[in-house]
Amino acid sequence: MARALMKGTEAIAEAAIQAGCKYFFGYPITPQNEIPEYMSAHLPKAGGTYVQGESEVASINMVMGGASTGYRVMTTSSSPGISLMSEGISYIAMAELPCVIVNISRGGPGLGNILPAQGDYRQATRGGGHGDYHVFVLAPGNLQEAVDFTQDAFDISQKYRMPVMILADGFMGQMMEAVDIKPRKTEDPKSNADWALGWFDERGGKRAVIYSMLMNPDELEAHNTKMQKKYELISSNETRYEHFMVDDAELIVTSYGTTSRVCRSAVSNLRDKGLKVGMVRPLTLWPFPNTAYSDLPKSVKGILSVEMSAGAQMVDDVRLATLCDLPIDTTGRWGGHSPTVRQVEEKCEELLKKAINK
Amino acid sequence: MSETQVFGMPKVWKSEVHTHYCPGCTHGIAHRLVCEAIEELGIQNRTMALAPVGCAVFMHQYLDIDMMEAAHGRAPATATGMKTVRADKIVFTYQGDGDLASIGMGEIVHAMNRSLPLTVIFINNAIYGMTGGQMAPTTLLGQKSTTSPTGRDAKVNGYPIRVSELLATLAGPAYIERVALTSPKYIIKAKQAILKAFKNQVENKGVSFVECLSTCPTNWGKRPVDACKWLEETMMPYYPLGVLKDFE
Repeated sequence: MARALMKGTEAIAEAAIQAGCKYFFGYPITPQNEIPEYMSAHLPKAGGTYVQGESEVASINMVMGGASTGYRVMTTSSSPGISLMSEGISYIAMAELPCVIVNISRGGPGLGNILPAQGDYRQATRGGGHGDYHVFVLAPGNLQEAVDFTQDAFDISQKYRMPVMILADGFMGQMMEAVDIKPRKTEDPKSNADWALGWFDERGGKRAVIYSMLMNPDELEAHNTKMQKKYELISSNETRYEHFMVDDAELIVTSYGTTSRVCRSAVSNLRDKGLKVGMVRPLTLWPFPNTAYSDLPKSVKGILSVEMSAGAQMVDDVRLATLCDLPIDTTGRWGGHSPTVRQVEEKCEELLKKAINK
Repeated sequence: MSETQVFGMPKVWKSEVHTHYCPGCTHGIAHRLVCEAIEELGIQNRTMALAPVGCAVFMHQYLDIDMMEAAHGRAPATATGMKTVRADKIVFTYQGDGDLASIGMGEIVHAMNRSLPLTVIFINNAIYGMTGGQMAPTTLLGQKSTTSPTGRDAKVNGYPIRVSELLATLAGPAYIERVALTSPKYIIKAKQAILKAFKNQVENKGVSFVECLSTCPTNWGKRPVDACKWLEETMMPYYPLGVLKDFE
């Protein structure tokens, strides 16, 4: 496909189809409705099926059923819908099934509103549901990344057999940018015959069983330990981040998704004024890129986390990554507002002044 | 003289296992009938099933077919996902009354209405078994349980739900029948119903549902024989046996 101007939600949907996803299960919720709409129109043409669940609860369990066969499946939703799916995501994680979940997040808590927000950071990075598990979380900062990450999400979910989430705020879903969507090479679902259901003959007359209830504590402990080892492996292999103008920086701005675009402009403007500001942008929110912060140059005197969530959420992970070694401050807007470039610049100038006067 | 026939277990039954079910529980009969149907239709290698949350959660240890545990009440949705992707497979759910008629009422109604070819085996024993005898949506009026210690009171707890009748109001289902598992005459009919519910799917004839009135001697506080008697005398009048829907 040649470069085309597309809306974020539709670009994500087409990217998924081009990554071999033929089965979509979902429930309408704003601001992500264009994804199920696009899927309902395009999947049948691609030889697939769109199923509208009666709820997010049903949809995620449909995803679990589809995932159990080894085929590529996905669902998309927005914040309140992800809360409803969290039970199912816990089951999918425990059963070690691959699937892709997109959260075009909106303002909360509760019904909140339908405007962009980043208040689902903790839910996404801590798993969301019950028990000791993680979801792999990718946070695109532009629509080409949204496309690439969606396709990567399928590959990663298959490789590690776990749910992978694209966490993109409402701006990412609703804005338009030029994107290039290429078909992704995929393995035959039959390659999953060693664990997936529906390959009885291919396995030589042996059945497959997928279950998550382990009454014996030795077995449950062993299974959880195995999953934790997988998470450690993923943390060392799959962590992604971007450093922008950090080399001689005295102040680091850190943010992900839409706020990183605001911060990039602010950092560039401040550099034009001769102020030494850089940016760290996590691309994976879980695993969190700790080294992106621990490897910062000695010149760095402080960090500013810019988020569209009340009280800031990612800042906790930044504190852990820096072992609270550096002063950390936050700024942002929430409730459906986004911070302005000027707001970030002013906060940076204030912090730099403080650091110099110290 | 005719050849001697040895009465054995169906091949679909995993021969080396013993179930965890209580003495006198009719889950074993229902399991056996499901195994027989799968064997008679020759579909063992292409059947995928979902165990519920409830007493039958470990069903995957007993049947030698592809199986997965579903979340509580969600088996019809999970089955929908499986069948959507693998239309060439035979997919069934096996669910109790707490699973299907309480927490999973939404999922079963919509799966039945969607009429994607599935088979549902519904075990109605008018109580929560695995959690220790709490009131179910199907618990009869006046019936005692650990959460209706003085008997189910309609003013507080509402009325027992006749699930088969409810689902029969939908346009989607191909076949709905209620059977019982207490004595040979009922079990023979139950077998026919379960076989038909699977055959319908093999022939791509839509979604089929068999409600099996079952005993729970442990949580009813009855001896197995008395439990069968109670089922026939008390449950059956409220939950009459028979075909509620048949597209043919």
